Amino acid sequence: MTRTVFTALLSHWRRNPLQLFTLLAGLALATALWSGVQAINAEARASYGAAAATLGEGQFNQLVSDTGGPIPQSTYIALRRAGWQVSPVLEGRINGQRLVGLDPLTAPGGLGPVTLGEGAELDAFLGGAGQVFGTPATLEALSGIEAELILSPDVAPATALTDIGVAQRLLQREGEVDRLIVAQIQPVGRPALDDIAPGLSRQVAQGGSDIGRLTDSFHLNLTAFGLLSFAVGIFIVNGAIGLAFEQRRPVIRTLRALGVPLRRLMVLIAAELLVLSLVAGTIGVALGYVIAALLLPDVAATLRGLYGADVAGTLQLRASWWVTGMCVAVGGTLLAASGAFLALARMPLLAAGQARAMAVAAGQTARVQAGVACALLLLSLILGFTADGLVGGFVFLGAMLVGASLALPLILDHVLRFGQRLSKRATSQWFWADTRQQLPGLSLALMALLLAMAANVGVSTMVSSFRLTFVAFLDQRLSAELYVSTEDAAQTATFLNYAEGKVNAILPIRSVEIAVRDLPTELFAGRDHSTYRDNWVMLDASAAPWDDVHSGESIMINEQLSRRADLNIGDVVQVQARAYSVSGIYGDYGNPIGQALIAEGEFDALFPNVDTTRFGLRLPQNEVSDFVAAMERDINLPASATINQANIKAFSLSIFDRTFTVTGALNVLTLAVAGFAILMSLLTLATMRVPQLAPVWAVGMTRQRIGRLELARAVLLAALTSLLALPLGLMLAWALLAIVNVAAFGWKLPMFLFAFEYLKLFGFGLLAALLAALWPSYRLARTPPSDLLKVFANER
Amino acid sequence: MLLSARGITKTFDTADGPFQVLRGVDLTLEAGETLALTGESGSGKSTLLHLIGGLDTPDAGEILIDDLDIAQMDDTARAALRCGAVSVVFQQFNLIPSLTVADNIAFQARLSGRHDAHWAAELADQMGLAPQLRKYPEQLSGGQQQRVAIARALAPKPKLVLADEPTGNLDEATATSVLDLMLELVADTGAGLLMVTHSDRLAARMSRRVHLARGQIA
Repeated sequence: MTRTVFTALLSHWRRNPLQLFTLLAGLALATALWSGVQAINAEARASYGAAAATLGEGQFNQLVSDTGGPIPQSTYIALRRAGWQVSPVLEGRINGQRLVGLDPLTAPGGLGPVTLGEGAELDAFLGGAGQVFGTPATLEALSGIEAELILSPDVAPATALTDIGVAQRLLQREGEVDRLIVAQIQPVGRPALDDIAPGLSRQVAQGGSDIGRLTDSFHLNLTAFGLLSFAVGIFIVNGAIGLAFEQRRPVIRTLRALGVPLRRLMVLIAAELLVLSLVAGTIGVALGYVIAALLLPDVAATLRGLYGADVAGTLQLRASWWVTGMCVAVGGTLLAASGAFLALARMPLLAAGQARAMAVAAGQTARVQAGVACALLLLSLILGFTADGLVGGFVFLGAMLVGASLALPLILDHVLRFGQRLSKRATSQWFWADTRQQLPGLSLALMALLLAMAANVGVSTMVSSFRLTFVAFLDQRLSAELYVSTEDAAQTATFLNYAEGKVNAILPIRSVEIAVRDLPTELFAGRDHSTYRDNWVMLDASAAPWDDVHSGESIMINEQLSRRADLNIGDVVQVQARAYSVSGIYGDYGNPIGQALIAEGEFDALFPNVDTTRFGLRLPQNEVSDFVAAMERDINLPASATINQANIKAFSLSIFDRTFTVTGALNVLTLAVAGFAILMSLLTLATMRVPQLAPVWAVGMTRQRIGRLELARAVLLAALTSLLALPLGLMLAWALLAIVNVAAFGWKLPMFLFAFEYLKLFGFGLLAALLAALWPSYRLARTPPSDLLKVFANER
Repeated sequence: MLLSARGITKTFDTADGPFQVLRGVDLTLEAGETLALTGESGSGKSTLLHLIGGLDTPDAGEILIDDLDIAQMDDTARAALRCGAVSVVFQQFNLIPSLTVADNIAFQARLSGRHDAHWAAELADQMGLAPQLRKYPEQLSGGQQQRVAIARALAPKPKLVLADEPTGNLDEATATSVLDLMLELVADTGAGLLMVTHSDRLAARMSRRVHLARGQIA
């Protein structure tokens, strides 16, 4: 019986190959967009994970110098002798690559030296010229160094691992380490840290790498985009499955009348859908891999440029993507089919054969749909005023997007009704009325378009706002024309001697890591100079914030610290033994941690041992190149030690352009999926349209005109949907910028509007609908009269 | 002469090969005349009606309506003919479901630019549709729907009304009342009526009758 029933069910797809294609393609596209974005995220996160795993970032407590300088090796030895289970780390850069020296004998389990690739024998690692491990790209950059280069794909990108002794030799830092990793298990009764190494302080494990947190904003946005794309695809699947169930009602009735139990029927339909979802899922994950592979180089470049995070530009095939991709495909199918399944389970046997027109079915559910839409929109309205956490933000987004989608057909119906009321001519009156009649059949595709357009508007607004803010922020924070880094105190002295009098101002940049209200904070020394007073934009400030700071009584903090530590103007911040009142809160976009600034004199008094190795120089922009060349010639300071502010800004802009490439590509893909949804809906409806259009043709409207009106109908509905998508997309952007971003990262991005961008997107939305409707309209316009006449044939 | 069809032939491709439905049919109709076209199923009645209505084109022969050969007309000209000079009433009503009864009645007349609100209202009144004007076709009975279809066909005051089994879907009492109304209104407008029917009883109500058998007038 099972086989016979299954054959009967499958015969539907044989007779409706277009519907089968719609279902498979919709699901495959949804899975592809979702898994493609997830693949990019997973690959990038795996790169940070590799860095964290090999370098111990975030996993272990660490000991660092109070002054921010290096730790003498003798201090490390003293700690080991006192029973402290610590392991030294030394870092430096060679040929642009990060060289990390570790001690394989003392490093806690799981860190780099004990998980090196095959062929890493301890003797070879420790002895002789030493071994350096890295990816092919890293090793190629290090090809000239005196050590054996060993290929190890597990090492983080742009990072090389070696024994600490080899690192000291290669970096010319004999007898120094940068930090000490503290093993989780320590012997009981060991002496206190202050007794052995008073100049060191403990930095608590942060539960994840800095880079990981830095880039989370980017990933969160990509994930939100992927989720929306998936939702768009699920609308297509929902439409295809709903139609398949609707068309199979007579078959289901017959099968049940012939004695097939309802439960078996449902199990078989579920099995059929499972098979289809697995096929579509496989295609989708493969497609997603292609999307990710194409986009990853741009994503990697963006992350590297924006956050300094190294991500491999190539994609690895990970089993977890296949598993999650398939789960998403199957889950999405179940989600899309749940409504149809519920209807099937509740359907009385005799009712099953009564073919319902889509319009009638939609009419019956319209009231329920309106109720749910109103409830969700009301919920989102309340949350819009009250939500302030991540969960609240996402619930707000979900309620708003689903509510708006459900409300769309109802709103469109009212608009079309209004249009019909205004129309005077017979053709236009019929056009509006007929468009209203087509609405239920097209509503799922239009909901998909609404989400796609809203996602585009939202993401464009967010990225463009981010760009504007960040560029303005760069102008504010990179106000010096030239930045110079020195290697040591001797070079610093030479540089200062040389530059004094040749430039308008020398602004030293030095910082130290402290804790403010238990939050990690970078404290900077601020010189009293117009560069800061003129360029820094305060989000909130006292009457004279800079005067207050330079009087030695006040401190300025960034927005992140203000939000996380709940610090406002006038509140007191304790730094070492000194108390400062907050005189200004400044925007510090993209920074994951707190930042603060006190007067230079105050800083020097509190942290006398922090060396100054970075300087901002003020000089006319057109003299920068000559000055850099002169420094190289006169004091042997290489050009690589200088950064031209104009170059940084140009570089930042190019990075944003890459970000735009990624989001732009995803925009186009999502719109293409929505266009596909419209195409499939129109093609499906086209078969039902002939009986509806034949009478209009019979009473004197030409097929060409009917075809043109079909095209106009699709464009009109797309235009109305796109118009409604604009406020929805802006709300989406607002929620991401003002609620989700603040909750996730501690800083709020100002929102800007980009009318031309929206106009362009509106045009793309219309174009997608036009392209989607072109073929179905052409087919209708070319319907042979014989097909139309069949509608009127008496002997049917 | 309102209608003059001469030597009409039409062949359809079928699974079993070409099938000649009409084999040189000649037919005439004067203004104000009513003609019943009878014949067995598959004899070509509906095909002939569709050709005269400009819904399809013959393979050979000429169809003159008011001395204009519609066989030579292009798609646009035939469409213009259909919404003005010639009206067709179908067995399946074929109303436009998205429009109200009032809009359905006026639709064809407005398409042809011949809409006369007074005449449309009079038609609706005579057809007993006045209380139904704001309803949609799905809310009407079969008899009411066919009366709307007839009113729609007559609203542009056509010269020729073609009816393809207009009462085929109705019960006998309703069929009689609908036919009475149609004949009365056609007479009022002075149009010619060509009606396809299986029913001898209905055919007897026409001023003339021709029988079609195997694609030829018998």
